[in-house]
Amino acid sequence: MSTTAVPDVAVAPVDEGFWTRTRKVGVVLLALGLLATVLFGALATGEQARFTLSEDAAGAALEVNGTVGAIVFGLITLAAGGAMLARLPKRWFMPLLAVGLVAFVLSFLCWQVSAAPAGQNFMPLVNIVRGTFLLALPLIFGSLAGVLCERSGVVNVAIEGQLLMGAFSGALFGSISGSVWVGLLAAAIGGSFISLLLAVFSIRYLVDQVVMGIVLNLLALGITGFLYERLMQTDPTRYNSAPRFSNWEIPLLSDIPVLGPALFRGNIFLYLALLLVLVIHIALFRTRWGLRTRSVGEHPTAADTLGVKVLGLRYRNVIMAGAVAGIGGASYTLALFSFTKNMIGGKGFIALAALIFGRWSPTGALLAALFFGFADQLATYLGAINSIIPGQFLAMLPYLATILAVAGLVGRVRAPAADGKPYIKG
Amino acid sequence: MEPGEIHALLGENGAGKSTLMNVLYGLYQPDEGEILVDGKPLKLRGPSDAIAAGIGMVHQHFMLVPVFTVTENIMLGAEQVRGGIAGFLDRRRARREVAEVSQRYNLRVDPDAVIEDLPVGVQQRVEIVKALTRDVDLLILDEPTAVLTPQETEELLTVMRSLKAAGKSIVFITHKLGEVKAIADRITVIRRGRTVGTASPEASRDELAALMVGRSVRLTVDKAPATPGEPVLEVSGLIVDDDRQVRAVDGVDLTVRAGEVLGIAGVQGNGQTELIEAIMGLRPALAGTVALEGRRIDGWPTKKVLRAGVGYVPEDRSVDGVVKEFTVAENLVLDIYDRPPFGRGLSLRPDAIATSASERIEQFDVRTSSAQAPVGTLSGGNQQKVIVARELSRPLKLFIAAQPTRGVDVGSIEFIHSQVIRERDIGTAVLVVSSELDEVIGLADRIAVMYRGRIIGIVGPDTPREEIGLLMAGITPDGPGSEDEKA
Repeated sequence: MSTTAVPDVAVAPVDEGFWTRTRKVGVVLLALGLLATVLFGALATGEQARFTLSEDAAGAALEVNGTVGAIVFGLITLAAGGAMLARLPKRWFMPLLAVGLVAFVLSFLCWQVSAAPAGQNFMPLVNIVRGTFLLALPLIFGSLAGVLCERSGVVNVAIEGQLLMGAFSGALFGSISGSVWVGLLAAAIGGSFISLLLAVFSIRYLVDQVVMGIVLNLLALGITGFLYERLMQTDPTRYNSAPRFSNWEIPLLSDIPVLGPALFRGNIFLYLALLLVLVIHIALFRTRWGLRTRSVGEHPTAADTLGVKVLGLRYRNVIMAGAVAGIGGASYTLALFSFTKNMIGGKGFIALAALIFGRWSPTGALLAALFFGFADQLATYLGAINSIIPGQFLAMLPYLATILAVAGLVGRVRAPAADGKPYIKG
Repeated sequence: MEPGEIHALLGENGAGKSTLMNVLYGLYQPDEGEILVDGKPLKLRGPSDAIAAGIGMVHQHFMLVPVFTVTENIMLGAEQVRGGIAGFLDRRRARREVAEVSQRYNLRVDPDAVIEDLPVGVQQRVEIVKALTRDVDLLILDEPTAVLTPQETEELLTVMRSLKAAGKSIVFITHKLGEVKAIADRITVIRRGRTVGTASPEASRDELAALMVGRSVRLTVDKAPATPGEPVLEVSGLIVDDDRQVRAVDGVDLTVRAGEVLGIAGVQGNGQTELIEAIMGLRPALAGTVALEGRRIDGWPTKKVLRAGVGYVPEDRSVDGVVKEFTVAENLVLDIYDRPPFGRGLSLRPDAIATSASERIEQFDVRTSSAQAPVGTLSGGNQQKVIVARELSRPLKLFIAAQPTRGVDVGSIEFIHSQVIRERDIGTAVLVVSSELDEVIGLADRIAVMYRGRIIGIVGPDTPREEIGLLMAGITPDGPGSEDEKA
């Protein structure tokens, strides 16, 4: 064998210039820290800000003087920004970013809670955590449906329609049969029905996947709206009063402070969502199915030449995605409310944003969904204590964050390479 | 095919070589006829049947998932799994297998490297290892040398010899005569979907070429010595980034004179594309100047550059060169549709466009059913002639042709080359970029070799190929000074 040197025609290292990502983020953190220390510190009052470990003002609480808390947490953010500019090794980036942002939020809360009207200087953590998860629940199911679909190369804009169809069929068949389990199954089937249409038209007939998704959302809205008015409203007791899953208390885990009452006394949907995140994450990155799914989403031709059945796999994943989203829709009608027209109200699109913000990974999607849920919950809380910050302003934050993420300002967001591209043999 | 034989399949582009092999690999279904393995007819319903029958293929465009590691790519489709129905991947076993195979055939690959970080030569090794782990007896290599430097090609040929020694059969698809003669045991020539002959490697180049195209072609370009005049294009200190903000052109100085052809040689991806795009105003230059007859044109919009007398044949014909859905006639006036006689005010004049189209179809020998046929229905060579016809129909000061004959049949190559030389002879400055070294040597009066964004040498056209090949690999004659002297 010849041993002649073959010079690598490798890509030269990326020269990013002075403004590396770490520097940019560091400067942003410094600015936030400064804002927190000075502004929040000045606006906070000397009242004790109490973060109670319960659902109301009673019981044990973490307490801090409002002004002191706002300033101290602001300084922590400043320190994190400073550390980032001090050229620490790369692996410190994410921890520093997390510490900086969390401290900023805490500083903000110290100000808000201490400045609340007398007698309301407390934040019930159990409520906040529970509310966060509750609001995030449809987003988690929805973005998992997105992961399943898009990792195999089919864009899923129809999450909204799948959630809605799931909610509707869950309510309808749950009511008729009187069984939550039948309702759950019907919800999964209802969601898969929408995604089956997506699969057939985008995989078999090569219709533009985004256009198809939008059409399906309108279709789901039309069908469920029509049947709601013509069927459910004529006899709501018969067609729109599905039984509901009761809360299950998980022994031991439910005794953990804050997290126990908030998470482990919930209903099946919460457990199912967390379980699905875990299962899909492991399956995607550690099993044969996952490897094949990802290959089909990245380079279907390569997968085909190795004997992977590209179209079959895509069909399977898209339909599974519909089932997951359908169950997500049922988390409304089989646990919380009766069905109403357009009850999903855009959550499917927010789930799409969570999918992107979470970089097409199940755990990322979970974190993104929780972040969105937290912002939502905080907005409600601020409304309740008559904060001077309008709740709507906070509710906007997640979308602003998504735009920044998609624009690539916080690291690279890369969709599966073949996402949205139909596969045509030859 | 015999065991332990290297069989070359030789033919022009579009002759049906790749299609034949895709049938053999189960990707396409034959309309008629059958395939015999060990005397038994074989029915291939898909690539997995082919793999099971011991047939492996390395495609012209690598079939590797860029974001996967080497091991993941190799195990895909033939995963070793544990845990029953759950199917957990057994990565450790797969890694061991990759290491073992690459050791046995001396194909160095790092099992944990991510594909997109690897140079093409190494990616090709991964493809070969991938086939070998599937225990193939017959390996199909489709145009394997198209993307390699001469040195990498040499290494590939060595690998092929050692595979042959290990008893594997290889089908080697190519249109490069030199490589065929160097390695093949038997040669089959294909033209227009038919076998037109078999030959032994002792056959001369001219004989093989004649078989390929059905008539004898000139492998070299006939031309008179150049009579260079004043400098027309002057590029100095040009720095350009590519789409990923990676430095692609790193301080290039070039001069092209009237009446000469300057050829730029180099392995693809060494900044040639970005250099040309920067000259044409398609890509911003970060520093440096570009001047046309002494006037600075850097920063100009592309249209203004074209109007200043620059003709441009882009390297990617189907993306940048023609609008496939438009007719031949429309494509012929894409650059001057808004000028008389073709456009007047807000309207086009279809009759003028049609008349000029039929003239140029005649003059440039474009084989099309009609001037009104969509360009997408023409063969690659004829599409390229449409582009050349369009660009050469204006009075030019500078003619830039990037990969002018990529994916073009031999007959059209000859024609396009003669047009390039004709343009030179009427006093136009010509800049040709090609990754085909033979083309550059044949056309150019001076050859500039580009490596990692720099011109690392300018040589005459009678320089030995080997010397240019070394330059293309970044090795300059003065040796030790080179930055890439690693073992």
